[in-house]
Amino acid sequence: MSKPARVVVWMAVAIGGAFSVATIALHRGEEISAMWLVVAAVCSYAIGYRFYSKFIAARVLSLDALRATPAERLENGRDFVRTNKWVVFGHHFAAIAGPGPLVGPVLAAQFGYLPGTLWILAGAVFGGCVQDFVILLFSVRRDGKSLTEMAKSEIGRLGGFVAYVAVISIVVILLGVCALIVVNALKASPWGTFTIAMTIPIALLMGIYLRRLRPGKVLETSVLGFLLVLLAIYGGSWASNTPSVGKYFTLTAPTLAVLLIIYGFAASAMPVWLLLAPRDYLSTFVKLGTIAMLALGIVAVRPTLHMPALTRFIDGTGPVFAGNLFPFAFVTIACGAISGFHSLIASGTTPKLISRETETRMVGYGAMACESMVAIMAVIAACVLQPGTYFAINSPAGVVGQLPEAATATISSWGFPVSAADMHSLAQAVGEQTLFNRTGGAPAFAVGMANIFSHSIGGQALMAIWYHFAIMFEALFILTVLDAGTRVGRFMIQDALGHVWKPLGRTSWYPSILVNSALIVGAWGYFLWQGVKDPLGGINSLWPLFGISNQLLATVALCVATTIIIKMGRARYAAVTLTPLAWLVAVTFSASYYKIFDPNPRIGFLAHARQLVAAPTAVGTARLIFNDRLDAAVTGVLIIMVAMILIESSADWIRILVGRKWPEVREAPFVPTRFAPEEQA
Amino acid sequence: MKNLLMKLSSSTRRALAVLGSILREIFDESAYARFLERRQLTTSPAAYAEFLAESRQHRERRPRCC
Repeated sequence: MSKPARVVVWMAVAIGGAFSVATIALHRGEEISAMWLVVAAVCSYAIGYRFYSKFIAARVLSLDALRATPAERLENGRDFVRTNKWVVFGHHFAAIAGPGPLVGPVLAAQFGYLPGTLWILAGAVFGGCVQDFVILLFSVRRDGKSLTEMAKSEIGRLGGFVAYVAVISIVVILLGVCALIVVNALKASPWGTFTIAMTIPIALLMGIYLRRLRPGKVLETSVLGFLLVLLAIYGGSWASNTPSVGKYFTLTAPTLAVLLIIYGFAASAMPVWLLLAPRDYLSTFVKLGTIAMLALGIVAVRPTLHMPALTRFIDGTGPVFAGNLFPFAFVTIACGAISGFHSLIASGTTPKLISRETETRMVGYGAMACESMVAIMAVIAACVLQPGTYFAINSPAGVVGQLPEAATATISSWGFPVSAADMHSLAQAVGEQTLFNRTGGAPAFAVGMANIFSHSIGGQALMAIWYHFAIMFEALFILTVLDAGTRVGRFMIQDALGHVWKPLGRTSWYPSILVNSALIVGAWGYFLWQGVKDPLGGINSLWPLFGISNQLLATVALCVATTIIIKMGRARYAAVTLTPLAWLVAVTFSASYYKIFDPNPRIGFLAHARQLVAAPTAVGTARLIFNDRLDAAVTGVLIIMVAMILIESSADWIRILVGRKWPEVREAPFVPTRFAPEEQA
Repeated sequence: MKNLLMKLSSSTRRALAVLGSILREIFDESAYARFLERRQLTTSPAAYAEFLAESRQHRERRPRCC
C-alpha cells in the first residue's frame, strides 16, 4: 500500500474510533447498539498497536531482530523451541485468557456500560498491553527468567520476596474467588451440576482414547469430548426434569464448596493425571471456541445495550459491590485492562518460544489487546440485559431481600423496573428454578450470552441450552484454573518450605505433597468458605481483594520494568511504564485504604467488624468478625509490602539518575542470530 | 478476477495452515511430534505415556491466568 493510502486508512481508523468513543460517552437517555463498543475497541487497539507499541518497540526498547533469543541459543526441543510468531501469539492468548475478563466487567456493569468500557480501552492500550509487552521482552533478554527472578536481580532481594508473596497471595485469593463463582453458578442448579459432573467421565474417556487408541491426537480427542459435553448439556435437561435424578444434583452452596475443596486437594495431591490433562485440553477447546462464537454472535446480532451509560451507583451504593466509581471500578476490572497475573505468563512459557525479539510486540501487546476485546464482549453480554434483570441476578439477598417480591420491589424502587413474574419466566426459559441472588457474575454473563446466541440460532427454544452451555463453559475452565492453580501454589509453597526443611521441598516425597496440598487448599478453601457464608454474597468482599492483589502484582511488574528502562539509559521514556504505575498506585492504595478503614460497613472490613460487634450476638458472628479482620490484615500486609518495593525502586531510580549508582543491566550477553531475517520462523 | 480468486484461495489456505499450527501447539500435538523426533520414536501408547511423563513436571508448574 502506498504511503498516502496508508495515511488515509489510518486517518479513517482514528476518526472512526474517536466517533465511536464519543457516541458511547455522550449518549444519554437512549439505548445504543453494542456495535459502537466493538468499533471503538477495534479502532483503539489498532491505533494503539500500530503507533504506540511501535514507538515503544523502536524508541524505548530498541528491539533487535539480529539478536538471538533464548529459543535459539538454548533450544532443547522441550521448553526452548523457536516457534512461528502466530503460533506463539495463539499459545500466549490461550494462556492469558481466563475467567477474569469475563467476570470483572459483568460486575462493574452496575456503574453502567461507560466506566467499564473506557477503563478497558484506556487501561489496555496504555497499561495492560504495555506491561505484557515489556515484561515479555525483558524476560526474553534474560533467558526466559520469571518475574520473581527479575525482581530479585533488578530491584534486590526485597523485590524478589515481595513479588513471591504477591504471587502466592493472588493465587490463593484468585482460587477462592474462582471457586466461589462456580459455587454461585451451580447452587440449586441440577442442570448445571449434572453437566459439570458429566465432564469427569467424559475426561476419563478422553484420557483412555488419547493414551490407548489415538496417542497424541489431542485435537481429535477434544472435538469428540466437546460433542460428548454437548450431549451432557442436553442430558442435563432430563436430569433437571426427573425428580428422582435431579435431587442428587440439586446442591446447596456449602455442599458445593466442600466438594470443590475435596476436588482441589485431589487434583493437587493424587495421581489423577488421566482426568486432569484431558479436562485441561477440553476446557481450552471450549474456551477458545466459545470466545470465537461470542464474537461472531455479537457481530451477527448487533444487540442493543439496555443498561444506561451511567447508573446511580457511581456514588458507591451499588448492590453488586459497594464502593465509589473511583477506585472500585478500576480494581473490579483487572484482567481485560491490566492484570499483574499476565506478567507471570509473559515471563513463563512464552519467552522461551519467541524466535526473534521483534515478535514480542505482536505477542505481548497484541495478545493483550485481544483479551481486552474479550472483556468488551463481557460488558456487552451484561449490558444487553434489562437493568432490572441484571440487578436481580447479581444482587445478594442481604441487600435486596430474600423473597422475590421484596427483591423486585427494592430493585424497581431504584428506577430499574423488574417484576417477580418476569424473573420467574426468565428462570423457566433458561431451565433454572430461580435467578435471584446469583452473585458472582457468571450467571448474569450466561444469561446475556444465551440472549445473544438465541437471537442468532434457535430463538427462545434454545435459550436454556445456550444458558447451560455458557454455565458449563465458565465452570469448566474455572475448574481448570482451580486445579492447575492449586498445583502451582503447592509447588510454590514447597519451594519456600524447602528452605526451612529440605524434605518439605522435595516434590516427589508424598508426605510433602500431602502437607503442602493441604496448606494451599486450606488457604483458598478458607476464602471460599468465607464467601459462601457471607450474607452479602462473598463477592462484595472477595472480588475487590482479588482485584487489589492482582493489580499490586502489576505494580511490582511495572516497578521492575521501569527500573530496567532507567538502567538501559532510557529514563526519558520511563513515562511509558511510570504512567500506568502511578495510576495503579493511586487506584490500589486508595482501594486498599477504603477496604480497610472506610466507615461504611458495606465497604470497610473493620467498620463491618465493628458493626457485628455492636449487633446482638448471633450464631457465626464471631467467625464473620474474624473474617473481616483477616481480610483487612491481608490487604494491609500486601499494601505495605508493595509500598516497600516502590520505595526501594524509587530510591534506586534516583541513585541512578543522579549518578550515585552505576546502572548495571543484567541481560544475557548479545549473541547474533544464526538466522537471516527471511529465514526466521 | 481469476487472479484475485486464486490469491484469495491461497491466502485462505495459508491462514488455515497457520490456524492449524496454532491449535497443534496449544494442544501439545507439536510438542509430541518434537518429542518423537528427538527420541527417534514412532507414535505408540508407550511413546505417548513417556511424553506425558516427561512433560508433566513442566505442565504442572505452568500457571493458568485469571
